[in-house]
Amino acid sequence: VKVAIVGATRGMGRALARRLAERGDALFAPLREPAELTLSAQDLEARGAAGAVGHAHLDLGQPDGFPGALDAADRALARVDALVVTGGLFARQEELAADSGRLAALLHANFTGTVLLCQQTAERLAARGGGLICAFASVAGDRARRSNYLYGASKAGLAVFLEGLDHKFRAQGLRTVCVKPGFVKTGMTADLAPPPFAGEPDAVARQVVAAMTDGRHEVYAPGIWRAIMLVIRALPRAVLRRAQF
Amino acid sequence: VDGAVERLIAPAPEPALEDVAGWGRYPVGRGRVERPEHLDLPAGGEPLVPRGLGRAYGDAAVPYAPGGLVVESTRADRIRSFDPASGRLHCEAGLSLAEILRVFVPRGWFPPVTPGTKFVTVGACVACDVHGKNHHRDGSFGAFVERLSLCTADGRRVECGPDRERELFLATVGGMGLTGLIVDVTLRLGRIEGPWMVLETQGMPSLDAMLEGLRLSAAHWPYTVGWIDCLARGASVGRGILMRGRHATQVEAGLRRLPRSRHIDVPFDAPEWLLNPLFMRWFNRLYAWSHGTALRRRIVSHDAFFYPLDAVGGWNRLYGRRGLLQYQCVLPRAAGPRPVAILLERLAVAGAASFLAVIKDCGPASDAYLSFPMEGTTLALDLPNRGAVTEALIHDLNATVVEHGGRVYLAKDAVTRPEDFARMMPRLPEWRAVRDRWDPQRRFRSAQSVRVLGDPA
Repeated sequence: VKVAIVGATRGMGRALARRLAERGDALFAPLREPAELTLSAQDLEARGAAGAVGHAHLDLGQPDGFPGALDAADRALARVDALVVTGGLFARQEELAADSGRLAALLHANFTGTVLLCQQTAERLAARGGGLICAFASVAGDRARRSNYLYGASKAGLAVFLEGLDHKFRAQGLRTVCVKPGFVKTGMTADLAPPPFAGEPDAVARQVVAAMTDGRHEVYAPGIWRAIMLVIRALPRAVLRRAQF
Repeated sequence: VDGAVERLIAPAPEPALEDVAGWGRYPVGRGRVERPEHLDLPAGGEPLVPRGLGRAYGDAAVPYAPGGLVVESTRADRIRSFDPASGRLHCEAGLSLAEILRVFVPRGWFPPVTPGTKFVTVGACVACDVHGKNHHRDGSFGAFVERLSLCTADGRRVECGPDRERELFLATVGGMGLTGLIVDVTLRLGRIEGPWMVLETQGMPSLDAMLEGLRLSAAHWPYTVGWIDCLARGASVGRGILMRGRHATQVEAGLRRLPRSRHIDVPFDAPEWLLNPLFMRWFNRLYAWSHGTALRRRIVSHDAFFYPLDAVGGWNRLYGRRGLLQYQCVLPRAAGPRPVAILLERLAVAGAASFLAVIKDCGPASDAYLSFPMEGTTLALDLPNRGAVTEALIHDLNATVVEHGGRVYLAKDAVTRPEDFARMMPRLPEWRAVRDRWDPQRRFRSAQSVRVLGDPA
């Protein structure tokens, strides 16, 4: 499989790119900061990626650059089969609430940018017979919480978009995988104390790779979050309010 | 619902400090832990201790003072290159042996030296100059390292190796991370035909038989080790099971398939009465008795051969909240079997030891100044932490070790006194001189270096 993976140098994306490399995929890495790319490309190539791992500049906050980056990926891999978006921004609720510029940037990258990128890629892939799009939403988008609803809102919107994308294009051979991680121990969450059921990036990556192969649309990772969110989604709003959710 | 759900979904902003302890869970320090994806020294000259996966038992990777900085390498774990012709692997220091095994065993390569757990980083393998069941033949980890890249205290990146900045290299191998932050390592992996091992085991009735068995096996077997019942006394001192192994050929392994790895976790701290002397005595006896004295031969996976304890996640919790003190020493061959017997006898009388002790013959020492192994016999065992009694016992054992020219292993140690350590390590002054040149301000500092080397706290 030929995969363009956004965010392959860090955290979740690094773990996922490794698993893809180890099954022999050809990889291309559109990314915002190329500084780490050389090291990550060496890592992926040593682990079995097919051919050299190329890269192009891509900033989820700058949609103007998307067509160029997708063209570069198509050239490097002789047409990509799949797009994986692990990149995104994260900040604590207090930080976002205090700084509207930061909030706007987060919403723009996590929702607007990711949606535009996936939509453009979907059109391309569907036109040539299908493929796969995989993006990372979050359990934080399943139910609003007072302490995390700004980040959660960006991911809730993305999840709805991805579900729609799957409905629209599945008949044309394009599948969409929506990953909803719970807390995963990566650099992104370094400032937070890990709660119970915190996941390791490599275990989540294994689940995602399995879903990319077997046709599921929605992945909760670690898997226990499917059950937890089933309960939490079913709770009446009044209960959540009482529980200071 | 309230509290529980709140904690589940809303991780509270992290308190700046975390508890930081070694695998023995004693002592416990408090520190600020950074886990960068790319290793570098933080700005400013604040003292720090490098840390890997936290498998050193004592205080080797515990911050030097409350609130001290810890740089954990585990997220800096990228492979830089691998040469399938020579087996040369260049990687970041946070790469674990578990990951090396996962990626490279299917390709027919194996770490040249491995300790009893695979959950260690390559950087830590260098810093502790770890040894394994093949020490009698191959030496310790440092012998397979071709190049290290360090961030030194002055902020420079320095490359060193056996043929370049040799003194810094010899001080870093076995130097417990106190000469600089190890960023990159180049080492040589060994060729194997597959993931299987030929294992032979034989019951041994006494210490003399065990030592003789190790000596005779050493000539023909790359991996040897003995498990001994450290509660046996009198004529039975040192009785146990001799194990020797080698990588199986494809013909020997046949068409076996690797079992799904079985893994269980210890979910909570066990109560202290669990590992009581009576239980341990019978556990040890049963283990020795169940094997008998016959010679047995079978084919096992490398995981079962090298890492039996890794199958039980968090096994250190079996020792309860106060944790354990692991004791490992080596006694020179010249001293003969006598001091080994004295140590075992003393442990049996104190009834302090728990699960089986590990005994192994070591080959010649390396050139690295603070490397632990030396030609002779090494003994390793777990002591449940019972406070002052246990510490007193260790000082007592140390006295015997010092008297006979042996030494203890810093990767396991939590209590050895500085004067004892200085007597055990004849090359300590040479190491200090190199460290003085590269880190006069003691930027790299740990609870252990404060305790054993007299660094400022």
